[in-house]
Amino acid sequence: MTDAIPIEVTTSVDTPVAADALSPSVAGQTKRRPLITLSDVRKIYRGGTLALADVNLTVGNGEFISILGPSGCGKSTLLRMIAGLGGISGGAIDWPQSRYNAHGEPIRDLGFVFQEPTLMPWATVFNNIYLPLKLSGVSRRGAEARVKDVIAMVGLEKFAHAYPRQLSGGMKMRVSIARALVVKPRVLLLDEPFAALDEITRFRLNNDLLRLWQDQKWTVIFVTHSVFESVYLSNRIVVMSARPGRIIADLSIPVPYPRGEAFRMSTDYNEFCRTTSTELSRAMVGVAEEEH
Amino acid sequence: MGETKTATAAAPGEVPFSVRLMVPIILGICIIAFWEFAVYYWKIPKFIFPAPSMIVQALIADFPTLMASLWTTVKVTLSAFFIASFLGIAVAVLFVQSRVLEISLFPYAVILQVTPVVAIAPFILIWVGLDHVERALLILATIVAFFPILSNTALGLKSVDHNLRNLFDLYGASRFQRLRELEFPSALPYILGGLKISGGLALIGAVVAEFVAGSGTGSGLAWRIVESANQLNIPRMFAALLLLSIIGIAIFFTLSWVESLLLHKWHESAVRREN
Repeated sequence: MTDAIPIEVTTSVDTPVAADALSPSVAGQTKRRPLITLSDVRKIYRGGTLALADVNLTVGNGEFISILGPSGCGKSTLLRMIAGLGGISGGAIDWPQSRYNAHGEPIRDLGFVFQEPTLMPWATVFNNIYLPLKLSGVSRRGAEARVKDVIAMVGLEKFAHAYPRQLSGGMKMRVSIARALVVKPRVLLLDEPFAALDEITRFRLNNDLLRLWQDQKWTVIFVTHSVFESVYLSNRIVVMSARPGRIIADLSIPVPYPRGEAFRMSTDYNEFCRTTSTELSRAMVGVAEEEH
Repeated sequence: MGETKTATAAAPGEVPFSVRLMVPIILGICIIAFWEFAVYYWKIPKFIFPAPSMIVQALIADFPTLMASLWTTVKVTLSAFFIASFLGIAVAVLFVQSRVLEISLFPYAVILQVTPVVAIAPFILIWVGLDHVERALLILATIVAFFPILSNTALGLKSVDHNLRNLFDLYGASRFQRLRELEFPSALPYILGGLKISGGLALIGAVVAEFVAGSGTGSGLAWRIVESANQLNIPRMFAALLLLSIIGIAIFFTLSWVESLLLHKWHESAVRREN
Protein backbone atom coordinates (compact mmCIF):
# COMPACT_ATOMS: atom_id res chain seq x y z
CA MET A 1 0.00 0.00 0.00
CA THR A 2 3.03 2.25 0.36
CA ASP A 3 3.14 3.20 -3.29
CA ALA A 4 -0.50 4.33 -3.38
CA ILE A 5 -0.80 7.94 -4.32
CA PRO A 6 -2.24 9.79 -1.35
CA ILE A 7 -5.44 11.44 -2.39
CA GLU A 8 -6.36 14.81 -1.14
CA VAL A 9 -9.18 14.56 1.37
CA THR A 10 -10.04 18.17 1.86
CA THR A 11 -11.83 19.10 5.01
CA SER A 12 -11.06 22.79 5.01
CA VAL A 13 -14.15 24.34 3.64
CA ASP A 14 -13.35 27.97 3.11
CA THR A 15 -11.36 27.36 -0.07
CA PRO A 16 -13.33 27.16 -3.27
CA VAL A 17 -13.74 23.79 -4.89
CA ALA A 18 -10.42 22.09 -5.51
CA ALA A 19 -10.93 21.84 -9.24
CA ASP A 20 -7.69 23.50 -10.23
CA ALA A 21 -5.71 21.19 -8.01
CA LEU A 22 -6.91 18.19 -9.94
CA SER A 23 -7.25 19.33 -13.52
CA PRO A 24 -3.63 19.55 -14.73
CA SER A 25 -2.80 16.00 -13.82
CA VAL A 26 -5.98 14.33 -15.01
CA ALA A 27 -4.69 13.08 -18.32
CA GLY A 28 -1.42 11.83 -16.88
CA GLN A 29 -3.01 9.92 -14.05
CA THR A 30 -5.41 8.14 -16.35
CA LYS A 31 -2.51 6.58 -18.16
CA ARG A 32 -0.57 5.72 -15.05
CA ARG A 33 -3.16 4.09 -12.88
CA PRO A 34 -6.93 3.65 -13.06
CA LEU A 35 -9.11 5.18 -10.39
CA ILE A 36 -11.28 2.14 -9.78
CA THR A 37 -10.87 -1.40 -11.06
CA LEU A 38 -13.48 -4.11 -10.85
CA SER A 39 -12.19 -7.59 -11.48
CA ASP A 40 -14.51 -10.58 -11.79
CA VAL A 41 -17.01 -9.02 -9.43
CA ARG A 42 -19.89 -11.32 -8.54
CA LYS A 43 -22.95 -10.79 -6.44
CA ILE A 44 -25.17 -13.57 -5.21
CA TYR A 45 -28.26 -12.51 -3.30
CA ARG A 46 -29.16 -14.25 -0.08
CA GLY A 47 -31.80 -16.31 -1.87
CA GLY A 48 -29.12 -17.74 -4.15
CA THR A 49 -29.92 -15.59 -7.19
CA LEU A 50 -26.88 -14.66 -9.22
CA ALA A 51 -27.28 -10.91 -9.68
CA LEU A 52 -23.90 -10.03 -11.18
CA ALA A 53 -21.58 -12.40 -12.98
CA ASP A 54 -17.91 -11.62 -13.49
CA VAL A 55 -18.04 -7.88 -14.05
CA ASN A 56 -14.77 -6.36 -15.19
CA LEU A 57 -14.49 -2.62 -15.48
CA THR A 58 -11.74 -0.06 -15.27
CA VAL A 59 -12.67 3.49 -14.41
CA GLY A 60 -10.17 6.19 -15.30
CA ASN A 61 -9.86 9.68 -13.92
CA GLY A 62 -12.31 12.23 -15.23
CA GLU A 63 -14.49 9.80 -17.15
CA PHE A 64 -18.24 10.20 -17.37
CA ILE A 65 -19.44 6.62 -17.54
CA SER A 66 -23.06 5.64 -17.92
CA ILE A 67 -24.07 2.16 -16.89
CA LEU A 68 -27.03 1.25 -19.03
CA GLY A 69 -29.18 -1.82 -18.75
CA PRO A 70 -32.67 -3.23 -18.43
CA SER A 71 -34.28 -2.96 -15.03
CA GLY A 72 -33.23 -5.67 -12.64
CA CYS A 73 -29.86 -6.20 -14.34
CA GLY A 74 -28.01 -5.34 -11.15
CA LYS A 75 -26.66 -1.97 -12.19
CA SER A 76 -27.80 -0.31 -8.97
CA THR A 77 -26.32 -3.19 -7.01
CA LEU A 78 -23.05 -2.69 -8.84
CA LEU A 79 -23.01 1.02 -8.04
CA ARG A 80 -23.73 0.33 -4.38
CA MET A 81 -20.90 -2.17 -4.27
CA ILE A 82 -18.51 0.39 -5.72
CA ALA A 83 -19.65 2.70 -2.92
CA GLY A 84 -18.98 0.00 -0.34
CA LEU A 85 -22.66 -0.53 0.48
CA GLY A 86 -23.40 -4.23 0.62
CA GLY A 87 -20.66 -6.80 0.32
CA ILE A 88 -19.44 -8.48 -2.85
CA SER A 89 -19.73 -12.22 -3.24
CA GLY A 90 -16.63 -12.68 -5.36
CA GLY A 91 -13.90 -10.81 -7.20
CA ALA A 92 -12.46 -7.50 -6.11
CA ILE A 93 -13.06 -3.77 -6.34
CA ASP A 94 -9.83 -1.81 -6.00
CA TRP A 95 -9.13 1.87 -5.71
CA PRO A 96 -5.49 1.89 -6.86
CA GLN A 97 -5.05 5.60 -6.22
CA SER A 98 -6.56 5.67 -2.77
CA ARG A 99 -5.14 5.30 0.67
CA TYR A 100 -6.49 2.65 2.97
CA ASN A 101 -7.90 3.12 6.44
CA ALA A 102 -7.11 1.10 9.54
CA HIS A 103 -9.64 -1.58 8.62
CA GLY A 104 -8.01 -2.14 5.24
CA GLU A 105 -10.89 -0.39 3.51
CA PRO A 106 -10.04 2.04 0.73
CA ILE A 107 -10.84 5.65 1.54
CA ARG A 108 -13.26 5.98 -1.34
CA ASP A 109 -13.76 9.72 -1.42
CA LEU A 110 -17.07 9.67 -3.24
CA GLY A 111 -20.46 11.27 -3.35
CA PHE A 112 -23.55 9.18 -3.88
CA VAL A 113 -26.88 10.32 -5.27
CA PHE A 114 -29.73 7.89 -4.69
CA GLN A 115 -32.71 7.16 -6.90
CA GLU A 116 -34.92 9.14 -4.53
CA PRO A 117 -33.75 12.46 -3.12
CA THR A 118 -33.33 10.75 0.29
CA LEU A 119 -33.49 13.94 2.31
CA MET A 120 -34.16 14.21 6.01
CA PRO A 121 -37.64 15.76 6.15
CA TRP A 122 -36.99 17.35 9.55
CA ALA A 123 -33.94 19.28 8.34
CA THR A 124 -33.69 22.38 6.20
CA VAL A 125 -31.93 22.37 2.84
CA PHE A 126 -28.86 23.82 4.55
CA ASN A 127 -28.81 21.14 7.25
CA ASN A 128 -29.40 18.33 4.77
CA ILE A 129 -26.40 19.44 2.77
CA TYR A 130 -24.33 20.05 5.89
CA LEU A 131 -24.93 16.45 7.07
CA PRO A 132 -21.88 14.72 5.51
CA LEU A 133 -19.57 17.38 6.94
CA LYS A 134 -21.32 17.24 10.31
CA LEU A 135 -20.82 13.48 10.45
CA SER A 136 -17.12 13.94 9.82
CA GLY A 137 -16.90 16.42 12.67
CA VAL A 138 -16.79 19.76 10.86
CA SER A 139 -18.41 22.51 12.91
CA ARG A 140 -21.39 24.37 11.57
CA ARG A 141 -19.45 27.60 11.34
CA GLY A 142 -16.56 25.88 9.63
CA ALA A 143 -18.89 24.29 7.11
CA GLU A 144 -21.01 27.32 6.38
CA ALA A 145 -19.05 28.75 3.46
CA ARG A 146 -18.69 25.38 1.76
CA VAL A 147 -22.39 24.53 2.18
CA LYS A 148 -23.36 27.90 0.76
CA ASP A 149 -21.02 27.30 -2.17
CA VAL A 150 -22.68 24.07 -3.18
CA ILE A 151 -26.14 25.50 -2.61
CA ALA A 152 -25.17 28.20 -5.10
CA MET A 153 -23.76 25.57 -7.49
CA VAL A 154 -27.15 23.91 -7.75
CA GLY A 155 -28.97 27.24 -7.80
CA LEU A 156 -30.98 26.97 -4.60
CA GLU A 157 -29.73 30.11 -2.79
CA LYS A 158 -33.25 31.24 -2.02
CA PHE A 159 -34.23 27.92 -0.50
CA ALA A 160 -31.42 27.34 2.01
CA HIS A 161 -33.84 27.48 4.91
CA ALA A 162 -36.76 25.69 3.29
CA TYR A 163 -37.80 22.21 4.33
CA PRO A 164 -37.85 19.38 1.76
CA ARG A 165 -41.65 19.26 1.69
CA GLN A 166 -41.67 22.82 0.36
CA LEU A 167 -39.57 21.85 -2.66
CA SER A 168 -40.53 20.38 -6.01
CA GLY A 169 -39.15 17.02 -7.15
CA GLY A 170 -36.41 18.62 -9.24
CA MET A 171 -35.33 20.91 -6.42
CA LYS A 172 -35.13 17.99 -4.00
CA MET A 173 -32.86 16.20 -6.45
CA ARG A 174 -30.66 19.30 -6.62
CA VAL A 175 -30.36 19.25 -2.83
CA SER A 176 -29.40 15.60 -3.03
CA ILE A 177 -26.70 16.39 -5.59
CA ALA A 178 -25.44 19.32 -3.53
CA ARG A 179 -25.15 17.03 -0.51
CA ALA A 180 -23.04 14.61 -2.55
CA LEU A 181 -20.82 17.48 -3.70
CA VAL A 182 -20.28 19.12 -0.33
CA VAL A 183 -17.46 16.74 0.60
CA LYS A 184 -15.59 17.57 -2.64
CA PRO A 185 -15.61 14.00 -3.85
CA ARG A 186 -13.37 12.77 -6.66
CA VAL A 187 -16.00 10.33 -7.79
CA LEU A 188 -19.70 10.98 -8.09
CA LEU A 189 -21.97 7.95 -8.22
CA LEU A 190 -25.52 8.55 -9.37
CA ASP A 191 -28.19 5.86 -9.26
CA GLU A 192 -30.90 6.78 -11.80
CA PRO A 193 -31.21 10.15 -10.12
CA PHE A 194 -33.57 11.74 -12.61
CA ALA A 195 -35.80 8.77 -13.38
CA ALA A 196 -38.74 10.15 -11.44
CA LEU A 197 -38.61 13.64 -12.93
CA ASP A 198 -40.46 15.09 -15.88
CA GLU A 199 -38.53 15.45 -19.12
CA ILE A 200 -38.11 19.22 -19.00
CA THR A 201 -36.69 19.11 -15.49
CA ARG A 202 -34.51 16.16 -16.47
CA PHE A 203 -33.00 18.01 -19.43
CA ARG A 204 -32.24 20.98 -17.23
CA LEU A 205 -30.61 18.83 -14.55
CA ASN A 206 -28.65 16.92 -17.23
CA ASN A 207 -27.18 20.19 -18.46
CA ASP A 208 -26.44 21.37 -14.94
CA LEU A 209 -24.74 18.10 -14.12
CA LEU A 210 -22.56 18.32 -17.25
CA ARG A 211 -21.63 21.91 -16.48
CA LEU A 212 -20.62 20.99 -12.92
CA TRP A 213 -18.69 17.96 -14.14
CA GLN A 214 -16.70 20.09 -16.57
CA ASP A 215 -15.99 22.68 -13.88
CA GLN A 216 -15.03 20.28 -11.15
CA LYS A 217 -13.37 17.47 -13.12
CA TRP A 218 -14.83 14.64 -11.14
CA THR A 219 -15.21 11.12 -12.34
CA VAL A 220 -18.86 10.26 -12.75
CA ILE A 221 -20.55 6.87 -12.81
CA PHE A 222 -24.14 7.33 -13.80
CA VAL A 223 -26.64 4.48 -13.71
CA THR A 224 -29.59 4.92 -16.03
CA HIS A 225 -32.05 3.01 -18.16
CA SER A 226 -32.40 5.81 -20.70
CA VAL A 227 -30.43 5.46 -23.93
CA PHE A 228 -30.87 9.16 -24.74
CA GLU A 229 -29.70 10.32 -21.37
CA SER A 230 -26.63 8.12 -21.46
CA VAL A 231 -25.63 9.24 -24.97
CA TYR A 232 -26.17 12.89 -24.17
CA LEU A 233 -24.23 12.86 -20.93
CA SER A 234 -21.39 10.42 -21.07
CA ASN A 235 -18.15 9.86 -22.92
CA ARG A 236 -18.39 6.15 -22.24
CA ILE A 237 -21.39 3.84 -22.03
CA VAL A 238 -21.22 0.45 -20.40
CA VAL A 239 -24.16 -1.76 -21.40
CA MET A 240 -25.20 -4.52 -19.04
CA SER A 241 -27.24 -7.59 -19.85
CA ALA A 242 -30.30 -8.84 -18.04
CA ARG A 243 -29.81 -10.94 -14.92
CA PRO A 244 -27.28 -12.20 -14.24
CA GLY A 245 -25.77 -8.81 -15.02
CA ARG A 246 -22.70 -8.85 -17.23
CA ILE A 247 -21.04 -6.14 -19.24
CA ILE A 248 -21.80 -6.85 -22.88
CA ALA A 249 -20.69 -3.62 -24.52
CA ASP A 250 -18.37 -0.75 -23.77
CA LEU A 251 -19.06 2.17 -26.10
CA SER A 252 -17.20 5.39 -26.49
CA ILE A 253 -19.03 8.66 -27.26
CA PRO A 254 -16.15 10.82 -28.46
CA VAL A 255 -18.08 14.07 -28.73
CA PRO A 256 -16.47 17.11 -27.16
CA TYR A 257 -18.11 19.02 -24.35
CA PRO A 258 -19.94 21.31 -23.79
CA ARG A 259 -22.77 19.49 -25.46
CA GLY A 260 -25.94 21.44 -25.89
CA GLU A 261 -29.21 21.32 -27.72
CA ALA A 262 -27.27 21.29 -31.00
CA PHE A 263 -25.82 17.91 -30.11
CA ARG A 264 -29.24 16.59 -29.18
CA MET A 265 -30.47 17.55 -32.68
CA SER A 266 -27.49 16.24 -34.59
CA THR A 267 -27.28 13.13 -36.76
CA ASP A 268 -24.27 12.02 -34.70
CA TYR A 269 -26.49 11.92 -31.65
CA ASN A 270 -29.07 9.85 -33.49
CA GLU A 271 -26.40 7.48 -34.72
CA PHE A 272 -24.99 6.98 -31.21
CA CYS A 273 -28.50 6.41 -29.88
CA ARG A 274 -29.13 3.80 -32.56
CA THR A 275 -25.89 1.94 -31.83
CA THR A 276 -26.55 2.04 -28.12
CA SER A 277 -30.14 0.88 -28.57
CA THR A 278 -28.93 -2.06 -30.64
CA GLU A 279 -26.56 -3.07 -27.89
CA LEU A 280 -29.32 -2.65 -25.34
CA SER A 281 -31.68 -4.89 -27.30
CA ARG A 282 -28.94 -7.51 -27.32
CA ALA A 283 -28.88 -7.09 -23.56
CA MET A 284 -32.59 -7.70 -23.40
CA VAL A 285 -32.39 -11.10 -25.10
CA GLY A 286 -33.89 -13.62 -22.78
CA VAL A 287 -35.74 -11.01 -20.77
CA ALA A 288 -38.85 -11.16 -22.92
CA GLU A 289 -40.10 -14.39 -21.37
CA GLU A 290 -39.41 -13.22 -17.85
CA GLU A 291 -41.10 -9.86 -18.26
CA HIS A 292 -44.78 -9.90 -17.45
CA MET B 1 -45.22 24.44 -3.83
CA GLY B 2 -46.33 20.93 -2.98
CA GLU B 3 -46.90 18.82 -6.04
CA THR B 4 -49.35 16.32 -4.64
CA LYS B 5 -52.43 18.36 -4.11
CA THR B 6 -55.64 16.59 -3.31
CA ALA B 7 -58.95 18.22 -4.01
CA THR B 8 -60.61 18.18 -0.66
CA ALA B 9 -63.42 20.70 -0.53
CA ALA B 10 -64.15 20.94 3.18
CA ALA B 11 -61.33 19.29 5.10
CA PRO B 12 -61.69 19.51 8.87
CA GLY B 13 -58.46 21.51 8.99
CA GLU B 14 -60.08 24.37 7.13
CA VAL B 15 -62.66 25.20 9.80
CA PRO B 16 -61.48 28.44 11.41
CA PHE B 17 -60.06 28.09 14.89
CA SER B 18 -62.61 30.47 16.42
CA VAL B 19 -65.46 28.31 15.13
CA ARG B 20 -63.79 25.14 16.34
CA LEU B 21 -63.45 26.74 19.76
CA MET B 22 -66.90 28.32 19.96
CA VAL B 23 -69.08 25.46 18.72
CA PRO B 24 -68.23 22.99 21.51
CA ILE B 25 -68.48 25.77 24.11
CA ILE B 26 -71.96 26.81 22.94
CA LEU B 27 -73.00 23.18 22.88
CA GLY B 28 -71.68 22.74 26.42
CA ILE B 29 -73.59 25.78 27.67
CA CYS B 30 -76.80 24.45 26.13
CA ILE B 31 -76.35 21.06 27.75
CA ILE B 32 -75.60 22.59 31.16
CA ALA B 33 -78.63 24.89 30.89
CA PHE B 34 -80.88 21.98 30.00
CA TRP B 35 -79.40 19.90 32.82
CA GLU B 36 -80.03 22.68 35.37
CA PHE B 37 -83.58 23.13 34.06
CA ALA B 38 -84.31 19.38 34.00
CA VAL B 39 -83.18 18.81 37.59
CA TYR B 40 -85.53 21.53 38.89
CA TYR B 41 -88.38 20.74 36.56
CA TRP B 42 -88.51 17.01 37.29
CA LYS B 43 -87.37 17.49 40.90
CA ILE B 44 -84.51 14.97 40.62
CA PRO B 45 -83.01 14.43 44.10
CA LYS B 46 -79.50 15.77 44.44
CA PHE B 47 -78.09 12.41 45.62
CA ILE B 48 -79.09 10.94 42.26
CA PHE B 49 -78.23 13.70 39.86
CA PRO B 50 -77.18 17.10 41.23
CA ALA B 51 -77.74 20.26 39.20
CA PRO B 52 -74.66 22.03 37.81
CA SER B 53 -75.18 24.89 40.25
CA MET B 54 -74.95 22.47 43.19
CA ILE B 55 -71.73 21.03 41.80
CA VAL B 56 -70.28 24.53 41.65
CA GLN B 57 -71.45 25.17 45.22
CA ALA B 58 -69.75 21.96 46.35
CA LEU B 59 -66.61 22.96 44.50
CA ILE B 60 -66.54 26.31 46.33
CA ALA B 61 -67.48 24.87 49.73
CA ASP B 62 -64.80 22.15 49.63
CA PHE B 63 -62.29 24.15 47.66
CA PRO B 64 -59.24 23.68 49.94
CA THR B 65 -59.76 19.91 50.32
CA LEU B 66 -60.43 19.42 46.64
CA MET B 67 -57.41 21.49 45.64
CA ALA B 68 -55.17 19.48 47.94
CA SER B 69 -56.50 16.30 46.35
CA LEU B 70 -56.08 17.76 42.89
CA TRP B 71 -52.46 18.53 43.67
CA THR B 72 -51.86 14.97 44.94
CA THR B 73 -53.33 13.45 41.78
CA VAL B 74 -51.49 15.86 39.48
CA LYS B 75 -48.21 15.06 41.25
CA VAL B 76 -48.67 11.30 40.89
CA THR B 77 -49.85 11.58 37.28
CA LEU B 78 -47.05 13.84 36.10
CA SER B 79 -44.30 11.98 37.97
CA ALA B 80 -45.55 8.68 36.55
CA PHE B 81 -45.73 10.20 33.09
CA PHE B 82 -42.18 11.54 33.20
CA ILE B 83 -40.72 8.34 34.64
CA ALA B 84 -42.62 6.24 32.08
CA SER B 85 -41.47 8.51 29.24
CA PHE B 86 -37.86 8.32 30.30
CA LEU B 87 -37.90 4.55 30.88
CA GLY B 88 -39.95 3.84 27.75
CA ILE B 89 -37.62 5.77 25.48
CA ALA B 90 -34.49 4.43 27.17
CA VAL B 91 -35.61 0.80 26.92
CA ALA B 92 -36.66 1.32 23.29
CA VAL B 93 -33.20 2.68 22.49
CA LEU B 94 -31.64 -0.38 24.13
CA PHE B 95 -33.92 -2.66 22.13
CA VAL B 96 -32.83 -1.07 18.90
CA GLN B 97 -29.16 -1.43 19.80
CA SER B 98 -29.42 -5.12 20.54
CA ARG B 99 -31.75 -7.58 18.96
CA VAL B 100 -30.95 -10.16 21.64
CA LEU B 101 -32.04 -7.76 24.35
CA GLU B 102 -35.25 -7.03 22.52
CA ILE B 103 -36.12 -10.67 21.96
CA SER B 104 -35.48 -11.53 25.59
CA LEU B 105 -37.17 -8.53 27.21
CA PHE B 106 -40.09 -7.62 24.98
CA PRO B 107 -42.38 -10.48 26.13
CA TYR B 108 -42.01 -9.24 29.70
CA ALA B 109 -42.94 -5.73 28.67
CA VAL B 110 -46.04 -7.20 27.07
CA ILE B 111 -46.88 -9.15 30.23
CA LEU B 112 -46.56 -5.93 32.20
CA GLN B 113 -48.91 -4.27 29.76
CA VAL B 114 -51.63 -6.92 29.56
CA THR B 115 -51.87 -7.66 33.28
CA PRO B 116 -54.66 -5.44 34.66
CA VAL B 117 -53.22 -2.81 36.97
CA VAL B 118 -56.04 -3.50 39.42
CA ALA B 119 -54.70 -7.01 39.83
CA ILE B 120 -51.12 -5.97 40.57
CA ALA B 121 -52.07 -3.14 42.89
CA PRO B 122 -52.41 -5.20 46.09
CA PHE B 123 -48.93 -6.73 45.63
CA ILE B 124 -47.29 -3.42 44.92
CA LEU B 125 -49.02 -1.94 47.92
CA ILE B 126 -47.66 -4.68 50.16
CA TRP B 127 -44.16 -4.42 48.72
CA VAL B 128 -43.79 -0.69 49.22
CA GLY B 129 -45.50 -0.88 52.59
CA LEU B 130 -48.88 0.47 53.56
CA ASP B 131 -47.24 3.64 54.86
CA HIS B 132 -46.17 4.63 51.36
CA VAL B 133 -49.38 4.53 49.38
CA GLU B 134 -48.17 7.39 47.19
CA ARG B 135 -45.21 5.34 46.05
CA ALA B 136 -47.51 2.48 45.14
CA LEU B 137 -49.69 4.85 43.14
CA LEU B 138 -46.64 6.18 41.36
CA ILE B 139 -45.40 2.70 40.44
CA LEU B 140 -48.82 1.57 39.22
CA ALA B 141 -49.45 4.68 37.14
CA THR B 142 -45.95 4.33 35.66
CA ILE B 143 -46.62 0.72 34.68
CA VAL B 144 -49.82 1.73 32.90
CA ALA B 145 -48.16 4.61 31.04
CA PHE B 146 -44.95 2.80 30.14
CA PHE B 147 -45.90 0.46 27.32
CA PRO B 148 -47.28 2.81 24.64
CA ILE B 149 -44.12 4.90 24.85
CA LEU B 150 -41.90 1.83 24.64
CA SER B 151 -43.67 0.25 21.69
CA ASN B 152 -44.15 3.49 19.77
CA THR B 153 -40.55 4.58 20.27
CA ALA B 154 -39.22 1.17 19.28
CA LEU B 155 -41.38 1.18 16.16
CA GLY B 156 -40.29 4.72 15.31
CA LEU B 157 -36.59 3.99 15.75
CA LYS B 158 -36.94 1.09 13.35
CA SER B 159 -38.96 2.99 10.75
CA VAL B 160 -35.97 4.83 9.37
CA ASP B 161 -35.81 5.29 5.61
CA HIS B 162 -33.58 2.58 4.15
CA ASN B 163 -31.72 4.95 1.84
CA LEU B 164 -31.04 7.40 4.64
CA ARG B 165 -29.49 4.53 6.57
CA ASN B 166 -27.27 3.81 3.57
CA LEU B 167 -26.34 7.45 3.41
CA PHE B 168 -25.22 7.40 7.03
CA ASP B 169 -23.22 4.22 6.31
CA LEU B 170 -21.59 5.93 3.37
CA TYR B 171 -20.41 8.86 5.46
CA GLY B 172 -19.19 6.59 8.25
CA ALA B 173 -21.60 7.76 10.94
CA SER B 174 -20.92 6.46 14.44
CA ARG B 175 -23.54 4.57 16.42
CA PHE B 176 -24.30 7.66 18.47
CA GLN B 177 -24.46 10.01 15.46
CA ARG B 178 -26.85 7.63 13.81
CA LEU B 179 -29.09 7.65 16.87
CA ARG B 180 -29.04 11.40 17.35
CA GLU B 181 -29.14 12.61 13.77
CA LEU B 182 -31.24 9.93 12.13
CA GLU B 183 -33.14 7.55 14.37
CA PHE B 184 -34.43 10.02 16.93
CA PRO B 185 -35.74 12.60 14.48
CA SER B 186 -37.34 9.82 12.42
CA ALA B 187 -38.98 8.40 15.51
CA LEU B 188 -40.14 11.74 16.88
CA PRO B 189 -43.69 11.61 15.46
CA TYR B 190 -44.08 8.09 16.84
CA ILE B 191 -42.67 9.07 20.23
CA LEU B 192 -45.04 12.02 20.47
CA GLY B 193 -47.96 9.77 19.56
CA GLY B 194 -46.92 7.42 22.35
CA LEU B 195 -46.61 10.29 24.82
CA LYS B 196 -50.11 11.48 23.98
CA ILE B 197 -51.57 8.07 24.73
CA SER B 198 -49.48 7.66 27.87
CA GLY B 199 -50.41 11.09 29.24
CA GLY B 200 -54.03 9.99 29.43
CA LEU B 201 -53.07 6.54 30.71
CA ALA B 202 -50.94 7.97 33.51
CA LEU B 203 -54.00 9.79 34.84
CA ILE B 204 -56.17 6.69 34.50
CA GLY B 205 -53.46 4.65 36.23
CA ALA B 206 -53.21 7.15 39.07
CA VAL B 207 -56.98 7.13 39.62
CA VAL B 208 -57.50 3.37 39.31
CA ALA B 209 -54.54 2.68 41.56
CA GLU B 210 -55.95 5.00 44.19
CA PHE B 211 -59.33 3.29 44.05
CA VAL B 212 -57.63 -0.03 44.68
CA ALA B 213 -55.05 1.15 47.16
CA GLY B 214 -57.89 2.45 49.27
CA SER B 215 -57.59 4.68 52.26
CA GLY B 216 -54.14 4.68 53.78
CA THR B 217 -52.84 8.20 53.48
CA GLY B 218 -54.37 8.45 50.02
CA SER B 219 -56.00 11.79 49.52
CA GLY B 220 -56.13 12.20 45.76
CA LEU B 221 -59.23 12.98 43.72
CA ALA B 222 -60.07 9.31 43.28
CA TRP B 223 -60.21 8.91 47.01
CA ARG B 224 -62.44 12.04 47.27
CA ILE B 225 -64.84 10.37 44.85
CA VAL B 226 -64.98 7.14 46.87
CA GLU B 227 -65.38 9.09 50.08
CA SER B 228 -68.13 11.34 48.69
CA ALA B 229 -70.00 8.34 47.31
CA ASN B 230 -69.89 6.68 50.72
CA GLN B 231 -71.29 9.84 52.28
CA LEU B 232 -73.84 10.20 49.52
CA ASN B 233 -72.37 13.65 48.88
CA ILE B 234 -72.98 13.40 45.15
CA PRO B 235 -72.38 17.07 44.27
CA ARG B 236 -68.87 16.84 45.70
CA MET B 237 -68.32 13.62 43.82
CA PHE B 238 -69.19 15.42 40.61
CA ALA B 239 -66.93 18.32 41.56
CA ALA B 240 -64.02 15.90 41.94
CA LEU B 241 -64.93 14.28 38.64
CA LEU B 242 -64.92 17.68 36.96
CA LEU B 243 -61.42 18.36 38.26
CA LEU B 244 -60.22 15.00 36.95
CA SER B 245 -61.55 15.83 33.49
CA ILE B 246 -59.79 19.18 33.63
CA ILE B 247 -56.46 17.47 34.39
CA GLY B 248 -57.00 15.05 31.48
CA ILE B 249 -57.86 17.85 29.09
CA ALA B 250 -54.89 19.93 30.22
CA ILE B 251 -52.51 17.00 29.66
CA PHE B 252 -53.96 16.28 26.23
CA PHE B 253 -53.76 19.86 25.01
CA THR B 254 -50.30 20.42 26.42
CA LEU B 255 -49.01 17.35 24.59
CA SER B 256 -50.82 18.32 21.38
CA TRP B 257 -49.21 21.73 21.63
CA VAL B 258 -45.75 20.22 22.13
CA GLU B 259 -46.39 17.95 19.17
CA SER B 260 -47.32 20.74 16.80
CA LEU B 261 -44.41 22.81 18.11
CA LEU B 262 -41.94 20.08 17.21
CA LEU B 263 -43.51 18.83 14.00
CA HIS B 264 -45.27 21.74 12.36
CA LYS B 265 -42.36 22.68 10.17
CA TRP B 266 -41.79 19.36 8.52
CA HIS B 267 -44.18 16.54 9.29
CA GLU B 268 -47.08 15.66 7.01
CA SER B 269 -49.50 15.40 9.94
CA ALA B 270 -48.98 19.06 10.76
CA VAL B 271 -48.84 20.44 7.25
CA ARG B 272 -51.75 22.35 5.85
CA ARG B 273 -52.09 21.99 2.12
CA GLU B 274 -53.03 25.13 0.33
CA ASN B 275 -55.40 23.97 -2.35
